[in-house]
Amino acid sequence: MRALGNNIMMKRTLLIAAAVLGLSAPAFAAGETPVPPQLKWSFHGPFGTFDRAQLQRGFKVYREVCSSCHSLSYVAFRNLAQPGGPEFSEAQVKALAAEYKIQDGPNDAGDMFERAGRPADHFPAPFPNENAAAAANGGKAPPDLSLMAKARTYERGFPWFVFDMFTQFAETGPDYVHAVLTGYEEAPADFKVPEGGHFNEYYPGHVIAMPKPLSDGQVEYPKDANGQPQAPETVEQYSRDVTAFLMWTAEPHLEARKRIGFQAILFLIVLSGLLYFTKKKIWARVGHSDLTTHQA
Amino acid sequence: MSQHPTTYVPKSAFGKWFESRLPIAGLIHSSFIAFPVPRNLNYFWTFGAILVFMLVSQIVTGVFLAMYYTPNASLAFQSVEHIMRDVNYGWLLRYLHANGASMFFVAVYIHIFRGLYYGSYKAPREILWILGVIIYGLMMATAFMGYVLPWGQMSFWGATVITNILAAIPVVGDTIQSLLWGGYSVGNPTLNRFFSIHYLLPFMIFGVVILHIWALHVPGQNNPTGVPIKSGKDAVPFTPYATIKDIFATVVFMIFFAWFVFYIPNYLGHADNYIPANPSVTPAHIVPEWYFLPFYAILRAIPDKLGGVIAMFASIAVLAFVPWLDTSRVRSTNYRPLYKQFFWILVADTLLLGWLGAKPPEGWYVIVSQIATAYYFIHFLIILPVLGFIERPLPLPNSILDSVMGVKGGAGLPTGANAEPQSKG
Amino acid sequence: MGASRHRRCAVLVFGRMLESQVAETTSTVVEPTRRDFLFIATGAAAAVGGATLVWPFIQSMTPDAATVAAGAPVEVDLAPITEGQIVKVFWRGKLIFIRNRTPAEIKAAEDVNVASLRDPQPDSARVKPGHNQWLIVYGNCTHLGCVPLGHQGAYEGWFCPCHGSVFDTSGRVRGGPAPINLPIPPYTFTSDTKIVIGQEATA
Repeated sequence: MRALGNNIMMKRTLLIAAAVLGLSAPAFAAGETPVPPQLKWSFHGPFGTFDRAQLQRGFKVYREVCSSCHSLSYVAFRNLAQPGGPEFSEAQVKALAAEYKIQDGPNDAGDMFERAGRPADHFPAPFPNENAAAAANGGKAPPDLSLMAKARTYERGFPWFVFDMFTQFAETGPDYVHAVLTGYEEAPADFKVPEGGHFNEYYPGHVIAMPKPLSDGQVEYPKDANGQPQAPETVEQYSRDVTAFLMWTAEPHLEARKRIGFQAILFLIVLSGLLYFTKKKIWARVGHSDLTTHQA
Repeated sequence: MSQHPTTYVPKSAFGKWFESRLPIAGLIHSSFIAFPVPRNLNYFWTFGAILVFMLVSQIVTGVFLAMYYTPNASLAFQSVEHIMRDVNYGWLLRYLHANGASMFFVAVYIHIFRGLYYGSYKAPREILWILGVIIYGLMMATAFMGYVLPWGQMSFWGATVITNILAAIPVVGDTIQSLLWGGYSVGNPTLNRFFSIHYLLPFMIFGVVILHIWALHVPGQNNPTGVPIKSGKDAVPFTPYATIKDIFATVVFMIFFAWFVFYIPNYLGHADNYIPANPSVTPAHIVPEWYFLPFYAILRAIPDKLGGVIAMFASIAVLAFVPWLDTSRVRSTNYRPLYKQFFWILVADTLLLGWLGAKPPEGWYVIVSQIATAYYFIHFLIILPVLGFIERPLPLPNSILDSVMGVKGGAGLPTGANAEPQSKG
Repeated sequence: MGASRHRRCAVLVFGRMLESQVAETTSTVVEPTRRDFLFIATGAAAAVGGATLVWPFIQSMTPDAATVAAGAPVEVDLAPITEGQIVKVFWRGKLIFIRNRTPAEIKAAEDVNVASLRDPQPDSARVKPGHNQWLIVYGNCTHLGCVPLGHQGAYEGWFCPCHGSVFDTSGRVRGGPAPINLPIPPYTFTSDTKIVIGQEATA
């Protein structure tokens, strides 16, 4: 219990890499971490939807940059074509899947073999297992990204967490992911970054194992009619796009959820209105309403 | 429920034949149709029905989730993601179930505080109240085990912390712990048995709920005045009056429920639980679900393992003794000006404890936790008994009808004298 | 015991009081009828809501997206299957027999008087034209789903050990309780030695 108490005593930090890197997280480390800036996401609010073009660009960023180290195990190629996501065509997904090599087997001879991917296959991981991933990345396996946008957050604090209930602010995860991707800076002179670590303004404890992943112009975006990229090829834009994509991978039915939710709540309001008047009508039979006389 | 077929007369020949063999229609009729309900109940009395709805909702969504969930340490997390991604409306079922647990507790807390405010635990309703405390305990066990099932980081470490709490119990603690673990630590056998018990407990809750309703229907419902039903004019039949009101309130509650399920489904959960369980890494800040936070604050307020555990269990157990700790002869706090203030202080104290439970136990948080914990016990063990002797209650109305009609208490008028003006509506 | 009896009596009295009270009230107030529009609208809305709520629960029991996606057609190479051999493969979790029939078996299947069969079907309707050595049928008895044993029974086709159904070399039922022939799964020849199960030939 004493050991657990110590763990509990650590101030909420969002990742554990500080500990992994051999730093003991000081009690107020997170307190010094600035709050990630709040972005305007297309999927915020009761009518929020994903921006298809943004998801497609975000996927391109994942594929060309993140996927060399991070797996996306809960996502299948077929998901890229389903409604409410990037909505690539079936043919595009089939072609895309075929570019990947998937291990299958055993065959009749008992051997595992590689074959071209099919839409039903999941994204193959860049490393055969977690130990291999850790060994290739300085001792810490890069986490799977499927749920990243829901698995990270930052503390909102009182009274903001109360307001969030009404404003439906539920984008702490994406804000945090975007902030970390854009938060690589030169360490302040008095801050010692340990070997294998990188300074990141928004990462709790400021020392992150992942090197700066994005740089301007690194990923080529599709061109619009004027031959210009459809979005700026900058770290800022890459981060937004890949974060939106990761929000979709974390919550692939977000659009259906909000759509059905609106219908359900509208229906419930109508039904409760009808029930209210029905109740009034029935209670009218006994004269006085059910209101209690409250002595003040 | 105990009132056996009184006014119910089966109409058809088959009805008569059936009723003479299994008088269930008469039981339902006397319990939920003809049952006399005080006419002055306010909306706080609809939470019983809302809780029945939540229990049924949890059982139904749970049964459907169990068709896909796999209680195995290496597959559980994946199976939950399978439900969220691939199962048709699986995301809806899971969010209904996860947020439903929170809604269940929202409703039960309102229900409990309503009982405390209106003195619904007082004689002859002590057994009714104690059954309620038992249901609450079973709910907490069910909710805790349910939160372990997705096998995320918070599931795993929550299970570790809570099972370590139980190990503090003298003599039998270690045995209980290893029985829960089924191994040398929280692991696959733990997950398996938690799933089994999580599936079992709701049906036990259902059974105790039946006893709870039975115990309610013997003395009948309390009401905002605390004055018992004295004549037929004080009451209305359960159906349609209470039924329609309960249905209306339940649907309004469903709007609140739906807001969370569809728009902020992860608001009440923890981001860490979307990270698969990892026995080698503890999340930086382990907090239980919001509905356990006041008790968690009490646990941590005591700087001693066993002491904290005793205080935490005592804070729940003390509720069972409230019928005897409250010495006042007046039921309803509406007529207890002094106690009314202490009641709201208790509500504030509980909310404060809840907030503290989510804070790290360091600095002044600890001191405030200790003060709030002390006050919690002082309320039940000192204020409640003492107030009954020193407080001068306001005059009670002669009857429920008098209260409804706005007749001030203590007038001593016979009920019949003002029973006539009924032609409103 | 006495007290509880007393209480029962009290409730009984209340019940009667209530009834008289309600009767009294209803006589003075215009009683809304059950046909009242408001009641009908409320009841209808509640019924629609309840029915709608059932939908996602039922839907959740239908095959999920992963299962559907995994039900994609499978390719089978026929080259290694020798004459007379029966090979078992699975598609969508269902057992399928692939039988490389001998000339004698084909002849036996073709020479049957179709009209005399329980489920009349010529052999030509059960194989692909030009590939009549290959019989491809679902591998579960049409009686109650057991797996029949190959090269057994009076017709050397299949014999089901569970309840004695007999199938010929065309997979047609010839005896026992099975009502119909072994069904043919959708498949197509992509070459002389390759088939794709789960995909009908496109014209």
